Amino acid sequence: MTSRSVLRVIVGAYLVLFFAYLFGPLIIMGITAFNTAPYPTVMPFEDFTLKWFDILFRDKDMMLGLQNSLKIGALVVAISVPCGLAGAMVMQQVYARARSFYYLVVVSPVLTPGVIIGISTVIFWKDFTGATGTGFLYDGIILAALGQSSFISAYCMLIFLSRLQRFDRALEEAGLDLGASNAQVFRHILIPYLRPAVLSAAVMAFLSSFENYNTTTFAILADKTLTTVLAGRVRQGSTPAISALAVTIIGVTVAGTVVYELLKRREDARKLREMRTAQEAEERELAVA
Amino acid sequence: MQAALGHPFVIALPFVVGVLFWLVALRERRRGLITGQTFFQRNGTAVGLFLIAAVAFWAVFMIVLPQLFMVEMSFRPKLPPSAIGGPRDLYTLQNYHYFLFGSPTSSAEWNFIHIKAFFLTILASILVTIGNFLLCYPLAFYMAQVANGARLRFLLLLLITPYWVNEILRAFAFRVIFSSGGLINKLLLAAGLLHEPIDFLGMDVGMYAGLSYAYLLLMVFPLYNAIENLPKAQIEAARDLGAPWWHIHVFIVMPFAKPGIASGCTLVFMLTSGALAAPLVLGGPRSLWFTPIVYDRFYQAFNWPQGSAYAFILLLTCIAFVLAVMRFGKLSLGEITR
Amino acid sequence: MTADVELDGLTVRFGSFTAVADANLRIRGGEFFSFLGPSGCGKTTILRTISGFIDPTQGAVRIGGQDMRGIGANKRPTALIFQSLALFPMMSVADNIGYGLRVRGVGKSVRQKKVDELLHLVALGDQGAKKVDELSGGQRQRVAIARALAVEPQVLLLDEPLSALDLKLRQHMRNELRAIQKRVGITFIYITHDQGEALTMSDRIAVMNRGRIEQVGDGRDVYNAPRTAFVASFVGENNAIVGFVTDVAEGMAVIEGKLGRFRATNPLGLKKGALATLFVRPEALRFGAADNSLAAITREIAYEGNLTHVGLRTAEDTHLTVLLSAGEAAPEMDAPASVGFDAARAIILPPRQDD
Repeated sequence: MTSRSVLRVIVGAYLVLFFAYLFGPLIIMGITAFNTAPYPTVMPFEDFTLKWFDILFRDKDMMLGLQNSLKIGALVVAISVPCGLAGAMVMQQVYARARSFYYLVVVSPVLTPGVIIGISTVIFWKDFTGATGTGFLYDGIILAALGQSSFISAYCMLIFLSRLQRFDRALEEAGLDLGASNAQVFRHILIPYLRPAVLSAAVMAFLSSFENYNTTTFAILADKTLTTVLAGRVRQGSTPAISALAVTIIGVTVAGTVVYELLKRREDARKLREMRTAQEAEERELAVA
Repeated sequence: MQAALGHPFVIALPFVVGVLFWLVALRERRRGLITGQTFFQRNGTAVGLFLIAAVAFWAVFMIVLPQLFMVEMSFRPKLPPSAIGGPRDLYTLQNYHYFLFGSPTSSAEWNFIHIKAFFLTILASILVTIGNFLLCYPLAFYMAQVANGARLRFLLLLLITPYWVNEILRAFAFRVIFSSGGLINKLLLAAGLLHEPIDFLGMDVGMYAGLSYAYLLLMVFPLYNAIENLPKAQIEAARDLGAPWWHIHVFIVMPFAKPGIASGCTLVFMLTSGALAAPLVLGGPRSLWFTPIVYDRFYQAFNWPQGSAYAFILLLTCIAFVLAVMRFGKLSLGEITR
Repeated sequence: MTADVELDGLTVRFGSFTAVADANLRIRGGEFFSFLGPSGCGKTTILRTISGFIDPTQGAVRIGGQDMRGIGANKRPTALIFQSLALFPMMSVADNIGYGLRVRGVGKSVRQKKVDELLHLVALGDQGAKKVDELSGGQRQRVAIARALAVEPQVLLLDEPLSALDLKLRQHMRNELRAIQKRVGITFIYITHDQGEALTMSDRIAVMNRGRIEQVGDGRDVYNAPRTAFVASFVGENNAIVGFVTDVAEGMAVIEGKLGRFRATNPLGLKKGALATLFVRPEALRFGAADNSLAAITREIAYEGNLTHVGLRTAEDTHLTVLLSAGEAAPEMDAPASVGFDAARAIILPPRQDD
């Protein structure tokens, strides 16, 4: 069995290297955030400091960018979750001959480079708002949200589609049969059924929006978001304040992941409990019958 | 041809296509080829209107019209605002001409800088795609077929977490490592292997590493999803029959995972060739990458029609790549985007 | 309140496929009525047309004398129990049962009272707060019944709701369903492919095949006096003997085929020379000579306690089954035997149209 153990060592080494590649750069960058050296470096590690975080949070541009990023994120969630949901529902019902054409259209933004989406969004809305006299819509924040939503809606749609495929249409029919209107069925049955998908679509939409650069940098016009400010800073020169920002983002992400994992575990435990109860009821029932 | 008629035509186009599909569906229903509830019977008026409005807004105003406007603009000349719609606003190929031959006043025969950047971008994107595939395949296979339970869950979490750190910061991390005062140079100098720092960024080493790093995960997940569906028994059967390990991968696992491979490669290629962050942050002053050139057409040269033409060329390249993958792998679009 | 359900020339086509062809039927108020047939025979389509999920291509559905054309599923005085039950997984048991009242705008306290009443009716008194996923199969069944009854329908439609249950439990639930129907007194329309279910529960049964209603009658009619070869072979076990009619007299007929010459009842008055099939139930076949008899070899003896199944094969390779009750002696295995039957207990029908 020596060849087996050699294989294990190779697989183990590969995994370690892969994750070192994945996390190494982030960890090194993270360490530089705590080094007093004015230039992001780990060697030599002069002294431990938190001043870069202080500098970061005092940075007016960054904070303004953060505000805009949050606004855009909220707008993107508000646009792309309903659009993705409608897109998925229409996908299930659309006239069979039009289905592949429709699919091509709504999925194309996923396969289009972000810069092109940003460019085309700006070009269209500049002319469209100019021609229709709705110039107030020609605004960096709105355009960035529209541009990002065009492909984030497609991500949302894919999330909804996979959940809808497991939906028993008899549930809708049961609602109708009991006297509910179509709108009531939508509100009371379909939306609650889709709630986990709505939640994950919203989280995914917000995070995708928050970290987006390619589309935003074109569509934001004269405004700025956290990523565009960041890009400007990085191009001007390196400072450990940027590392401090990365550490903050990673910290928030890791915390979010841990919370998500805990919630998921609790949900799994609840499901298991329910299944056990059902099984016990089943056994009792068979014993009686 | 006068360009003033372009916009009404372009705006009408998606609506005409929609109405055409609707008419065909109506005719087939009347002939009894389609039965069952109509759209509004099934959804009700309120929900039905919401569905139509949301999808129309998304598909028409966020996807189709912006793209069509961009393509239309790429065939227009650059004019001052007052001359737009005037007698000089005629459709022209001059923006594409510029991409190939440079400005009419230049003496060079071809627009070497842009053409070279374009082909270098395509080539490098293909290499990055292949590199990422080789890097990710073993991991995807390990996760899908070997690891299970808690370990699999842990690996998935590990993979997702860095993905939410944005592209700029990921590129910045590489700058910290590769810059002339960066970690690698410091280590090499300290070890006495070097006397002078190497300019990794100027040599584009940092840029290529950053590009490969940026979209690693978009290769892992499609591969993982595809390989996960392969029944373990198939691999065991092949092993029983004495197939060597590479044979199992090339002739059993990879053909099975073809849609996942196509999907991962398409995504990575598309994102790499359209990447802006890594070239901006990690590229040296002499680095050639196509997207920063497109960016400059807009915000340095302020020539939007020309920028549109460049963007359209990039878009066509991506479409060609997707079509090539579909043709080569005999796959449908649905299989790639799953 | 209960209502008649009338199908008047009901035809449903999907594209070029005819799912239901010209169904004419009157289901009486308060009746337990079953549609029985193999899968794909159109029984589910009929049920979905009555409930309003499918529009008839031709003909009409009338409930309580009122034409249902243009009236949506949510406006009809019917309630449907789905094959999958379709309980709402995101609601508690009580919320499931109260849903129909909730969408009708019934106030919370009234709703609560009604839900409690129904929970008691289906013997789930203390389970209202539970989630649907915590219930056993039988309990889910009861929730589905209570949810449908909550809206006080005039007609309850049931789409094979027992098919997912364990066999033992299924028999138990049959009695319960029948008891509930007696108590609430409304029309039950039941769909099934299981003849045992149809025969034990129903007042009347419609046997369906390939979109057509082949026969309507109570269980005895359908079992003892089938009107088509399909009904004769689908409902209960039957032995079939093929031949031509050679003689007719006073409600009886004689057919002759390669197995011999047999006399039996001729309820449809088949004419001389017609191709026909004679059906005789396994319990009507007896060992020993009778006025109709044929020779065969015993091939299989399956002892089941109170009954014994004997399988026979004739020289012409026709299979026959004889059902013996506890006291009767079984023949020897692989031995030639003579079996016969009383002409009054066999029936001559036209052959099946579809094979």
